[in-house]
Amino acid sequence: MSSATDNIQIEIKDLTFNRGNRRIFDGVSLEIPQGKIVAIMGPSGTGKTTMLRLIGGQLRPDTGRVIVDGYSMPDLSRDELFKVRENMGMLFQSGALFTDLSVFDNVAFPLRVHTRLPEDIIRDLVLVKLEAVGLRGASQLFPNELSGGMNRRVALARTIALDPGIILYDEPFTGLDPIAMGVIVQLIKTLNSVYGTTSIIVSHDISETAGIADLIYVISDGKIIGAGTPEEIFEQQSPRVQQFVKGLPDGPVPFHYPAANYREELLAGVDLH
Amino acid sequence: MLSHLRNLGLQVLDVLSIFGRAGHIWWHALWRFPEWRNIDLVVYQIYKLGVLSVVITILSGFSIGAVLALQGYNQLVKFGSESALGLGVALVLLMEIGPVVAALLFAGRAGSAVTAEIGLMKTTEQLSSMEMIGVDPLQRIVAPRLWAGFIVMPILAIMFSVVGIWGASLIGVNWLGVHEGAFWASMQDGVDFESHILKGIVKSVVFGIVVIWIAVFQGYDTQPTSEGIAAATTKTVVFSSVAVLVLDFFLTLVMFNL
Repeated sequence: MSSATDNIQIEIKDLTFNRGNRRIFDGVSLEIPQGKIVAIMGPSGTGKTTMLRLIGGQLRPDTGRVIVDGYSMPDLSRDELFKVRENMGMLFQSGALFTDLSVFDNVAFPLRVHTRLPEDIIRDLVLVKLEAVGLRGASQLFPNELSGGMNRRVALARTIALDPGIILYDEPFTGLDPIAMGVIVQLIKTLNSVYGTTSIIVSHDISETAGIADLIYVISDGKIIGAGTPEEIFEQQSPRVQQFVKGLPDGPVPFHYPAANYREELLAGVDLH
Repeated sequence: MLSHLRNLGLQVLDVLSIFGRAGHIWWHALWRFPEWRNIDLVVYQIYKLGVLSVVITILSGFSIGAVLALQGYNQLVKFGSESALGLGVALVLLMEIGPVVAALLFAGRAGSAVTAEIGLMKTTEQLSSMEMIGVDPLQRIVAPRLWAGFIVMPILAIMFSVVGIWGASLIGVNWLGVHEGAFWASMQDGVDFESHILKGIVKSVVFGIVVIWIAVFQGYDTQPTSEGIAAATTKTVVFSSVAVLVLDFFLTLVMFNL
């Protein structure tokens, strides 16, 4: 766990969040220290992406606090929110590239809107970022000409274009081939060690994430069921954490979405009357 | 009984919240604009919404002008007053048909495109990612389209009427044989800038605001699914067409009859 001397950059306290009648988070508290790689893990559908949107201020919690860089995100005005987000980057699972812009212009977009750098410097910066994800050669292509993995890599280049202090990664490893995955893992590590970027990774890929994370939070059923360094998580005796870490279908964490009794539902048939 | 009341209440709340969300877009998109270094975004939208609508506007304007001339001539000639054809066609086009039909065409051609484009951007998380880059999509995506719509609509309506009058003169004068001097002179005598042309322009400005507002709102508020985009696009065309026709009645009532 983080020691008391660590500088806490993101603090979430007693957070509850409901979507419709479903409770996504039920009293979650967590702290993310500056310059660390923190992973938020858990089975699909536990609201990991929702957590990133809460941190980014795109959603407001029902109760509880979300504090980023000392700002209480839910209380900021629209303008302030956009200001705070300039120091934040988010890598979407889908990439979410602007489809009407080329790869080059996508990466240049944050630089053009937030800086007044001359175009030749922007060009160099964009090429540096694209080189880092291995797609300098694809700079004139459009997003619809890229594969899913390449899309994500371009999106990563765009996310780091302004060298933000905080980067939120939504499932960065899903759907990448092993080589691209290795590059992305290396890149996240480098950003962290060279620039001191605080990285928050939402993922369910245990091995890749545990390989680079300083700190892991495991979420299930709207609560944090485990927290600690990767070693601590692997050793934790809690059956729920063990089930997740080892990938067992049976255990206290339900694999099935809540449903009526299987046998009864099958036998009930269709009411023909 | 009680549940009926509750349903009614819920529906009223739904409608109110729609107006609230639409107002929110209006507020944030309009008052933080224009930023001069983003003026090229507006120019590009003027091209997309306006210039690309010119062909359909001209074709429709010409056809309607021609039809008005044919039908008008048939009626007027019974009274020997076919020389008033020019006046009749010009008034009908400038005050009513020009603004209304141009707005209906604009809703179908440009409004639906705006809705689909913004809706797809929302569905593919492009709006979301723009927010996280620290750029307000209401300012960057919605505002230029709103402004372009305001600017373009009156121009299209005027274009429609002018081409319609030209079409009417081709049919009336060159084909049906109405006296050319009488055709134009009656128009010159009878059409007044302030009481006819300007009121038509005011109508088209109002229609432009309403149509483009509905279009961006439906796009921005769409359910992020393919069905949602389809429904939003349909709603844009249906709602804005109905709004244009209903508003036309009230604008006519207020401007011409009171």
